[in-house]
Amino acid sequence: MAKVIDLDDVAVQEAEARSRYRWRVKVCSSTACDASGAGPARRAVEHSVEEQGLEHDVQVVPTGCMGLCSAGPLVRAEPRGGQATMFQQVDPQVGADIVERHVVGREDLSQHQLDENLPFFTRQERVVLSNAGRIDPERIEDYVAEDGYRALVTALRMRPRGLIETIEASGLRGRGGAGYPTAKKWAMLHDAESDQKYVVANGDEGDPGAFMDRAVMEDDPHRVLEGVALAAYATGASKAFLYVRAEYPRAIKRLEQAIRTAKRQRLLGKNILESDFSLDVEIRTGAGAFVCGEETALLASIEGQRGQPRMRPPYPTERGLYGKPTMINNVETLANLPDIIRRGPEWFRGMGTRVSPGTKVFALAGSLQHSGLIEVPMGLTLGEIIEEIGGGCPNGRTFKAAQTGGPSGGCVPASFRDLPVDFESLRQAGSIMGSGGLIAMDDSVSMPEVARFYMDFSQDESCGKCAPCRVGTLEMHRLLERICAGAGTERDLALLEQLTRTVRETSLCGLGQSAPNPVASTLEHFRDEYTALLRNEPVGVAHG
Amino acid sequence: MAATATDSRAQQDAHPSGDERFALLDKALKRARFEQDQLVELLHTAQEVFGYLSNDVLIYLARQLRLPPSRVLGVASFYHLFTFEAPGDHICTVCLGTACYVKGAEEVVEGTAQALGVPAGQTSDDGRLTLWTARCVGSCGLAPVVVFDGTVLGKQTTDELVTHIREVFAAEDAAAEEEEAG
Ligand SMILES: Cc1cc2nc3c(=O)[nH]c(=O)nc-3n(C[C@H](O)[C@H](O)[C@H](O)COP(=O)(O)O)c2cc1C
Ligand code: FES
Repeated sequence: MAKVIDLDDVAVQEAEARSRYRWRVKVCSSTACDASGAGPARRAVEHSVEEQGLEHDVQVVPTGCMGLCSAGPLVRAEPRGGQATMFQQVDPQVGADIVERHVVGREDLSQHQLDENLPFFTRQERVVLSNAGRIDPERIEDYVAEDGYRALVTALRMRPRGLIETIEASGLRGRGGAGYPTAKKWAMLHDAESDQKYVVANGDEGDPGAFMDRAVMEDDPHRVLEGVALAAYATGASKAFLYVRAEYPRAIKRLEQAIRTAKRQRLLGKNILESDFSLDVEIRTGAGAFVCGEETALLASIEGQRGQPRMRPPYPTERGLYGKPTMINNVETLANLPDIIRRGPEWFRGMGTRVSPGTKVFALAGSLQHSGLIEVPMGLTLGEIIEEIGGGCPNGRTFKAAQTGGPSGGCVPASFRDLPVDFESLRQAGSIMGSGGLIAMDDSVSMPEVARFYMDFSQDESCGKCAPCRVGTLEMHRLLERICAGAGTERDLALLEQLTRTVRETSLCGLGQSAPNPVASTLEHFRDEYTALLRNEPVGVAHG
Repeated sequence: MAATATDSRAQQDAHPSGDERFALLDKALKRARFEQDQLVELLHTAQEVFGYLSNDVLIYLARQLRLPPSRVLGVASFYHLFTFEAPGDHICTVCLGTACYVKGAEEVVEGTAQALGVPAGQTSDDGRLTLWTARCVGSCGLAPVVVFDGTVLGKQTTDELVTHIREVFAAEDAAAEEEEAG
């Protein structure tokens, strides 16, 4: 049997190896920066290091997402014991300059230097993303050097009950959308009696405009695995599935590789770290169906069936995969666990608000100066996120509304600047937290058109099992099309409002129940735009 | 190694056409231990290997997994990522997720469709290009995003995209001509 990893040993060796280099040059190699040309940039940096004969002085590290995707490719040069410098829009020439002029010549490359005192960076608090953009996701040593798998060691010395109590004390709530208390779900699976229990990590990330979970899985895969192991140990599960959407091939590859490595080091598999706890982990791939993010549909999909949801109760913790008790946790929820165990529930409660402790990762996109991936304490205001972190709208546009929660969420108008972004406040404003997609819209956007866009999505993604969702979303989309085309009548609008209620109240699963949200919230906050369209007046300024 | 029941199943039912690609599918079937609940994974493999899911492939999978063909087609047609028609030589997927949509991705689809004469969701008559749309490919910070033959292209305009595709075609034509000449 494979030898158990000695975490202290690995961490010490890794620290020594790092300290041998005078510089570490980190190149973001995530999907977004790759698309902006990070590959050639990295090769230029490596080539230049070689040419200067600096292989023993400068280490080039490929990392995951550094966050500010809109300014990529990003590079961060870190001198040993000194102040790091970040660079933006690094093409091969700038890559070479970073080595030859910045590292060797100690020159400023002012044009390409990225100020890390931007609110985009300083207003963030990184827990789930603490390693993203800082470590090489393909090396377990990098994760261990950042205290990786320590929480698992600690947990294995605790009773599962004690672990659940710790999570309860932390107040952690599910990051998959609904904000359900994680410890409560754990306790249900823990108390379920069965010869076989399952834990499932939900990495389906269906919101079309969001990529938080992708970043966690690609940039710090071992964090996800450690989270899964902690959840399984606490609940008595011996088998775990990672359900990842097929659109994320790199996440799948990274997780597969991480599972193999972790098994070899006895961090997964049989008798983890020589304890009695064993956990088998398997990846299952989605196939492009939004509804599969819903937990009962997801389970059907893992079983090789059409991903159609079913009525709850029974809840999956009573009857889930193959009829056995099963618990589904979102990837970001799981990624919070190692830090909570290691640093304690009080530390976690020190961030965020009383009822929504901790941080939340957002995929910030749309009409913004700075877009990309951010992690902020819960309860930051909408204005702080859009205007300070995102830098407001570019090209002199005016911020009009923020969309959160994707097709299940709504649009919060600019007048809600001071709204704290947490589970309850967003719901009161007619939207939901959702999984973390946050899209800024400016005055060029027509809100009924946004509602139409989401309804088109929902009618397309409706699985067809129940009539209110299947027929209702189709009808709502038809009405919205007519209204947006300027051919709608008062009656159409009244019917739309009526359907909003019917579909919400009578659909089988969360997809149908929440599909009317974008319509309801735009009707609530931007009714004048609907009535303008009824009078055949234009809405939203054309794209500039 | 002694032949197991599943080994012999693979041998005796191997695809009669002798198409090499079925051997790849067989390997995946074996790795999945012919378990019926691995159907979605196997459909992925089949599509990767063949480019799309033909009736022949679906029936083959049904037989190997001892599932009714209706179940296999039912599952495959439920998921958006599975396709039942052969795509073109090049696949251009324009993201129509929210972030891309609010940055004008719809115009990119329409413009590209018009410029290259391929309606969205279809393949050009010469079989050279398939124009697909997707819902978020996870690079929203670079909206509008296009995936061309597996490569992510950020901040695309219609002009940029059309030029890129024409360049790829031109390079291909030149290479083909050279081959003919040489
Ligand atoms: C239509 C629909 C789509 C969903 N999509 C996702 C998703 O992509 N990712 C996710 O984690 N949860 C999604 N959920 C929520 C899950 O059903 C489930 O509540 C969640 O994964 C539980 O994890 P948590 O307690 O850690 O939040 C979706 C729910 C619905 C109704
Ligand atoms: S919306 Fe296009 S990449 Fe996310």
